[in-house]
Amino acid sequence: MKKIVTGNKAIAEAVRDAKPDVVAAYPITPQTEIVETLAEYVSSGQLASQYIAVESEHSAMAACIGASTAGGRTFTATSSQGLLYMHEMTNWAAGARLPIVMANVNRTLAPGWNIWAEHTDAMQERDTGWLQVFVSTVQEAYDTIFMAFRIAEHNKVLLPVMVNLDGFTLSHIMQPVDTIEPGDFIPPIHLPDSVDPKNPKGYGTITGPGDYFRFRWELAHSMRESVSVIEETQSEFAKRFGRTYGLTEEYRCSDADVVVVSLGTLGKEAEVAIDILRDEGIKAGSLRLRWFRPFPELDLAGKEVVVIDRDYSFGFGGVLAHSIRSKNLVKVYSVIAGLGGQEVTYDDIAGFIRNRRIGGESWFGVNDHV
Amino acid sequence: MYEIRIHSRGGQGGVTAARLLAMAALHDGNYATACPFYGAERRGAPVVSFVRIDDRPIRIYSQIRSPDMIIVLDKSVMLTVDVVHGLKTGGRILINSTHKKEFAGYITNNVDLTGIALRENLVVAGSPILNTPVIGALAKTGIISADSAKSAIRGMFADERNIRAAEAAYAEAGA
Repeated sequence: MKKIVTGNKAIAEAVRDAKPDVVAAYPITPQTEIVETLAEYVSSGQLASQYIAVESEHSAMAACIGASTAGGRTFTATSSQGLLYMHEMTNWAAGARLPIVMANVNRTLAPGWNIWAEHTDAMQERDTGWLQVFVSTVQEAYDTIFMAFRIAEHNKVLLPVMVNLDGFTLSHIMQPVDTIEPGDFIPPIHLPDSVDPKNPKGYGTITGPGDYFRFRWELAHSMRESVSVIEETQSEFAKRFGRTYGLTEEYRCSDADVVVVSLGTLGKEAEVAIDILRDEGIKAGSLRLRWFRPFPELDLAGKEVVVIDRDYSFGFGGVLAHSIRSKNLVKVYSVIAGLGGQEVTYDDIAGFIRNRRIGGESWFGVNDHV
Repeated sequence: MYEIRIHSRGGQGGVTAARLLAMAALHDGNYATACPFYGAERRGAPVVSFVRIDDRPIRIYSQIRSPDMIIVLDKSVMLTVDVVHGLKTGGRILINSTHKKEFAGYITNNVDLTGIALRENLVVAGSPILNTPVIGALAKTGIISADSAKSAIRGMFADERNIRAAEAAYAEAGA
């Protein structure tokens, strides 16, 4: 059925139909509409979940960890400061191999106090062992939730998944969504090491220097394995529901001389910039990374690369630019744009590409080149 | 692509009007996005929301800079906000007003949406509901069809007074 809903509502509807056993969450702008809607579903009987209204994000993640350890399907949502407050527990969730699904509505970190879109919150979770996907439309947000549960709970993966969507720009925009009946797209959850009184196991026990690295290696191995599970899940989704997703979304890239790489809604805005540049005779393309962890293999050979980062690692540079440089051994033009919800239009993006200085870094809105 | 900017005050239903308009466009077989501009606004403060309608998927997230149409749900906003800013030459303005205010170079349409809402007793918490009558007035301009306008309203509101208000606004509005 087609309807017009916000990104937040679409996420809540998808979560409802994925039927989690437990939702534990704490409200924070701009995510609140997700958990508020889920709370309504639970109280009205549309969703047969335990809704745990916790007193903090740290507890939200801790409750999800408990429920997931017991073998339940779990969901939470947060943003920005809330995600940072969870950080100790997000590491635990991944390390304990718990397939929790979380929507992170990307929001700037304070100070200054700012509720608008930025990706630095998600980037600070980069090394936790969570799979991270960035979506660019309300439909994609909706569809990705179903895929996230299936991928997370796949026994070759057993890792948590963070679905990232831009605060306000996507969380509060209303777009058409074609809803689905998921049927058995997400198989019943079966976690091999969930709590079973008949088969006691140790959880969170001391793990000495002789063993710890093995758990880390297994996590790294599963993260690598997740690539094939993501691909299989996305192709199964396409087969059943007719919408195709990749590890990346490429737009007019194949014959492009210059490619702009970005995450989230900027990747859609960039496509409009590409059409403008193509009309000017500039052979440009857009490469939107959907999956950031695991980081996809990219083919950028022979192309000039412009990377837009809506984040920053101080003393180093844009996190996405750094990732592209180091994984692909290419020089890039690094543009830092959209921080704190800074407006970035298709004309601006076309300008980044026209005025590229490969090897340099530039901050949009600041006339200072590094 | 057809781009619309809606000026209202927080709590007047500008965001709901944007959603109804997007839904009606969807019923017409088009694509649409509706988005409020979120700032530090609160109930009663001047706010804007945006609607884009196109026959292809819409990839633009940045704000509308040169709209094809301006809707003013509360004309007192015009005292402090330059509502025609960026409006395309020859663009449309729809104002909720009993007075016939004209803007040179634009097609201006004044409709008494508040009066229509009050006549139908569409009042919530002391405020007249403007979002359903305005959809009727918009259907008259042809941006959305009258049938789709009604389907969108019925999809969101069970109360038939909303349909009557939309019909009244349709009758009163200029094409």
